[in-house]
Amino acid sequence: MTNRMTGDIARPQLSPKVRLRFDRRTGRYLLLYPETGLELSRTATEIARLCTGEWTVDGIAQHLAQIHTEISPVEITRDVLDFLKTLAGRGLLQGFK
Amino acid sequence: MNNEYRPYTLIAELTYRCPLRCPYCSNPLGYAGHGNEIDTDTWLRVFQEAEALCVVQLNLTGGEPLLRDDLEQLIERASRLELYTNLITSGIPLTFERLSRFAALGLNCVQVSVQSSRSTESDRIAGAPSFHRKLEVMQWVASLELPLTLNVVLHRDNIGEIAELIALAERVSADRLELANAQYLGWALKNRVALLPTREQIETARTIAADARERLRGTMEVIFVTPDYYSVHPKSCMDGWGRRFIVVNPEGLALPCHLAHTLPGLRFDNVTKRHLADIWHHSDGFNQFRGDGWLPDACRSCDRHTKDFGGCRCQAFHVTGNAGATDPACSLSPDHGFIESARSQASQSAGVPILFEYRNGRGFAQ
Repeated sequence: MTNRMTGDIARPQLSPKVRLRFDRRTGRYLLLYPETGLELSRTATEIARLCTGEWTVDGIAQHLAQIHTEISPVEITRDVLDFLKTLAGRGLLQGFK
Repeated sequence: MNNEYRPYTLIAELTYRCPLRCPYCSNPLGYAGHGNEIDTDTWLRVFQEAEALCVVQLNLTGGEPLLRDDLEQLIERASRLELYTNLITSGIPLTFERLSRFAALGLNCVQVSVQSSRSTESDRIAGAPSFHRKLEVMQWVASLELPLTLNVVLHRDNIGEIAELIALAERVSADRLELANAQYLGWALKNRVALLPTREQIETARTIAADARERLRGTMEVIFVTPDYYSVHPKSCMDGWGRRFIVVNPEGLALPCHLAHTLPGLRFDNVTKRHLADIWHHSDGFNQFRGDGWLPDACRSCDRHTKDFGGCRCQAFHVTGNAGATDPACSLSPDHGFIESARSQASQSAGVPILFEYRNGRGFAQ
């Protein structure tokens, strides 16, 4: 059985080519990869930091839901999946399709 | 803090020397020799000054950057400054040991170019035997688990190979494939008649590239750059003048693009004489085409100028004689006729072999 899609059991990990770097100019984190990068929102940074290969997608969503009680868990799960799909589409994630 | 004029990338042109002689080389036509290159300490200081300006990406390029024997020192400093460092190279001259050293010192990624997917043709365009060595270098890159960008400059003689080029990129496990049509400036403008593809060639190639992009999404990024001779709107050259990029050329001139110093009447400063932040914020050259005060009428009345910033200044100058004109690639430019006639010349001379004028001058030190 493969863990293709419906995230629950997938354990996403940032690709080794990715570097997270704090940006003094904006106070945000940049996710750098060959020739370009993404400026991350606060939530995106929190998600990216949990992409270690140890957390499942569900685990990431639950963890964020505990921190951000003002946002509904459904919304958080959707944000997590959207962001992970963005990263995967750019070839920046392993263990998630 | 205002992020409108914020450099993300330093393009360090370490040398104009190169073992290859590609007829579309983006270096200036009358490039300088070895004697005028800035030294190691100056480059180390420039990296530091760039990082202080919040630059986060560093491209080590040339010419052929491998010809600098201080490349190890430069990579080490860049890595210590947490710059995401990209080596842009022909792969010649290189050994596996030296590349391993670069990786250990913190090099982040490598870009290798081939001139064609076929060895004899690649060697013919490069003006030197090089294809087999490039393949070997790309295998080394993969074995060191460095991300690899395969770059191919497209023109009339190799644009028909697009499917083979994609297959080659897959074979060498490229992370990115850049299929970039030549920009018709410098050597490429001199050789434009021999290089510019026809519209049919462009459309066929674009379709094949788009299919590959979908098929390979998540594994390999496929980028197809249309020549602006065939676009309706100009490119936002360098993401706008003095907005995102700093080029420092082998002699130490700090520039908004690699050919900016070929524009007459502009003054650019040298990093040996002025601090990079001072040049970025206050120099005449960097401020010349910032904002919209300089925009020609065709751009000012068009809301696309916030997207394309009036296009390429060098192209405007080389075609119209005025660096402040609307990029003639734009269909709204009063000088667009030049581009149209270049296109019809391309379609008339389709299939006719035309000789290149090879890049010459002081190349590889034998």
